Amino acid sequence: MGIRKTVGDYWTLLNQPAQYLSLGVLTLGGFIAGILFWGGFNTAMEFTNIEQFCISCHEMEVKPYRELKPTIHYTNRSGVRAQCADCHVPHDWTFKVARKMEASKEVWGWIFGTINTHEKFEARRRELAEREWTRLKANDSLECRNCHDFDYMDFTEQSSRARMMHASSLATGEATCIDCHKGIAHRLPDMTGVSAWQ
Amino acid sequence: MNKLQGPLWITVVLLLTSSVALLVRAGDLGADDDDDPGPSGPDGLRAGATLYQDLPAPVIPREIRAMPRPKRSYPEQPPVIPHSIRDYQIDINFNTCMTCHSRTQSPRTGSIAASVTHYYNRAGQPLGAVSPRRYFCLQCHVSQHEIDRAVESTFRDMEQLIIEEASQRRGRN
Repeated sequence: MGIRKTVGDYWTLLNQPAQYLSLGVLTLGGFIAGILFWGGFNTAMEFTNIEQFCISCHEMEVKPYRELKPTIHYTNRSGVRAQCADCHVPHDWTFKVARKMEASKEVWGWIFGTINTHEKFEARRRELAEREWTRLKANDSLECRNCHDFDYMDFTEQSSRARMMHASSLATGEATCIDCHKGIAHRLPDMTGVSAWQ
Repeated sequence: MNKLQGPLWITVVLLLTSSVALLVRAGDLGADDDDDPGPSGPDGLRAGATLYQDLPAPVIPREIRAMPRPKRSYPEQPPVIPHSIRDYQIDINFNTCMTCHSRTQSPRTGSIAASVTHYYNRAGQPLGAVSPRRYFCLQCHVSQHEIDRAVESTFRDMEQLIIEEASQRRGRN
């Protein structure tokens, strides 16, 4: 009953008009507090997007990060580097927040050590990969397209096979990037039964 | 005063002699380096170096993307890989090469399918998939790099030998 009374008291308090504060203080104060809260929230969320944050967990450093390191998205002649969040977190705010809420499950996994050994990780590699393939398939490889724009591709610079594939399947929208470009940044799981890979 | 002078002089003399000795020793070492570069090392990839010297490592060469594919030097030669194979995965889970070079994918990708010999086990039994002994492509097929040959090859193609022999025989008759 105590809790109910406390909640009731607060409700009564918050339901009353302000007695001593002016309307100016309330609106301006609310405005400034809003900016601070919004900015703070966004900054905190952006902090969880940096590479150092991702690989502060042993699971992310040992497997996905070390696998990424020799690949073209991490080591290349031009010095452009894709970090974890560039591919795994949408840039658009709404989708970013949605993804962050999904990712809170990873904290659970971290606490209970779901993939904290080589064996556990390998056992779940297919499951983890499939989750990302499904996500990228559903959003038409949005994270790829943040950098790789089909309209800007110079087909004359591509190999004949790449040109053929991009001009047919990709151009018609029949396939999206992830349909063929799986395992470009991390090692692939057992691909038995994955279409177009057998 | 006199009592103190004795040990002081001894210390000074010791310091002087030891520093002179050090200087001479250092000079000796320097002379050694100049005169004797040490026994020569094996003339392998870094020819000219001795056991004491470190030569700079050679530049990491670029992979050659050669089309059309270079011809085979002899009939059984595994064809070389005429494209970059960076980040290709060949392990228990997956074989990147076979995404294009498999029997089913090759018509679509325009690549050459792995020959039927890859599907036989060593008892001569045809298998449904690439035989485990042929699974690791890079054991036989290798990509090419832009380097100067360390040794010139004197290898002669069999065809060339046949032609030469035939022309010799014609010369004799």
